[in-house]
Amino acid sequence: MSTVTNTDSLGPGVQGVRVQTASRTRPFYWSLRREIWEHRAIYVAPLAVAGLVLLGYLIRLSRLPQTVRHAATLPWWKQYLELALPFAMGMAAVLVTGVIVGVFYCIGALGNERRDRSILFWKSLPVSDLTTVLAKATIPMVVIPVVVTMVALLVQFVMLAAAIGALAASGSGTQLLWSHWSFPHMSLTLIYLVVTGTLWYAPIYGWLLMVSAWARRMTFLWAVLTPIGLAVVERIAFDTNYVGSLIRYRLKGFVDLAFVEPPHNTTTIDPAALMTPAHFFGSPGLWLGLVVAVAFVAAAVWLRRGREAA
Amino acid sequence: MSTIEARGLRKTFKNTIALDGVDLRVEEGRILGLIGPNGAGKSTLLNCVLGLIPFQGELNVIGLDPWRARDRLMREVCFIADVAVLPRWMRVWQAVDYVEGVHPRFDRAKADAFLARTQIKKTSRVRELSKGMVTQLHLALVMAIDAKLLVLDEPTLGLDLLFRKQFYESLLNDYFDRTRTIIVTTHQVEEIQQILTDMMFIDRGKIALSCSMEDFESRYVELTARPDSVAEAQALKPIHERQILGRTILLYDGVERGRLAPLGDVRTPSIADLFVATMGDRQPAQGAAA
Repeated sequence: MSTVTNTDSLGPGVQGVRVQTASRTRPFYWSLRREIWEHRAIYVAPLAVAGLVLLGYLIRLSRLPQTVRHAATLPWWKQYLELALPFAMGMAAVLVTGVIVGVFYCIGALGNERRDRSILFWKSLPVSDLTTVLAKATIPMVVIPVVVTMVALLVQFVMLAAAIGALAASGSGTQLLWSHWSFPHMSLTLIYLVVTGTLWYAPIYGWLLMVSAWARRMTFLWAVLTPIGLAVVERIAFDTNYVGSLIRYRLKGFVDLAFVEPPHNTTTIDPAALMTPAHFFGSPGLWLGLVVAVAFVAAAVWLRRGREAA
Repeated sequence: MSTIEARGLRKTFKNTIALDGVDLRVEEGRILGLIGPNGAGKSTLLNCVLGLIPFQGELNVIGLDPWRARDRLMREVCFIADVAVLPRWMRVWQAVDYVEGVHPRFDRAKADAFLARTQIKKTSRVRELSKGMVTQLHLALVMAIDAKLLVLDEPTLGLDLLFRKQFYESLLNDYFDRTRTIIVTTHQVEEIQQILTDMMFIDRGKIALSCSMEDFESRYVELTARPDSVAEAQALKPIHERQILGRTILLYDGVERGRLAPLGDVRTPSIADLFVATMGDRQPAQGAAA
């Protein structure tokens, strides 16, 4: 064990160098950057969808002044559909894009590097599997939500500016628009929706990452067919539907937890007034889901450590 | 301090034994050639050394257990698995930036200087580069890292002769400085014989032969026997005998050159010759010296 004594005698000096250099390198930051380099869809896809939304809205704008002039003859919900719904739809399109990008990102995140053997390059550098997998988990759970929030806010802002411009040019007032739509409330709803949705879907992203680290090929089929298969088998074998309802709960449940339905006697829909954060953050389903998400990510770290390149 | 120390290293995959009790000691400043037929366990051994797979037995690389401390080990160890592992989507500047960002011992100026001597454009993607250029890029990244151990697993596979020569020349002239250790596996044994300080044959998970190149040169002698002295030469117990163009070539282990010189032309065999002599009989189709 001469090696050990050698290392010990070098101890303080080596330690000093380590501390100094450790602060200079930032493995997590660079791991994140490299993911964004590789997956440009993270920002290109939401921006492209934003462009399409704006294009559609520009065409719609030509009808807006007329709608506002005849608004008094329309019921409230028709006014709402005409004036405020395009904003909500534009936001939803960007958010859904973010979820789709996140899902496909996760499916390839830990499998592709094994398939093209570039994992041997990544593993030849002093970046731990934990750092790598955490960086990959950060993409769908933090980076994409932040990107889609900013893109959706931008879309809202441009749509609003265009609407105000069109109304002003035609001599119609913007009063009616404000009565159905408010920029601060929409922004607040957007941020709330992104935060609650991301937290709620965290176990799904975790599951996809784990399957990606595990499956040799056909990651998507493994990820999707495993839960469906379990539900079918359970249904046939026991005539029960626990797995099926668990899947449905995880996919759709968060809307019921995070929002209440609008009251019946309403004359418009203000989504910010429908938010129920206490209900959402107090639900055991959220916290159990987060625990499961952490377990899936931990499993992905463990799998990446031991899996060999194809 | 030994760079690598292994005792009773074992690795099994399902039903096959890839490493069957390997004892190994590689000192600082050596250039070790690891030679063996396909499936002999070379890559498995290197994967254990690099902390890529778990193993049984004792293994110490620069004082660390590779499986438990891969990321710390990789500050001191570099490896080139083969030419095809650089991510194909990556641009050259991204690769340099990334390695600089994560590696405490990376010297960016060195990498840039090396790249400047090649045809590689910083804005190219790896997939747009030729195989030779990808190797140059990988070499530029690795040589800019002040590592104690460099592991090369078939680093020149699929490259043409000029790139292969250049690769090893760069390695020797710009990188190796007697305080580093290099382990290399390759099927082109004859091309690296001159640069090795040690060689090791590995077969079926075991070390079949291990010696320094000085020992190799003093121990092994190849004799091209004159026709009239073949019988006399055969009496000296060669370890291998072959016929080429009607001449008999014999390989001896530990027979003095002085005794053989009168019987014909005496020379130091190539590693490839010795490899074929010791292992060729069992696996004729898989010579390492292809």
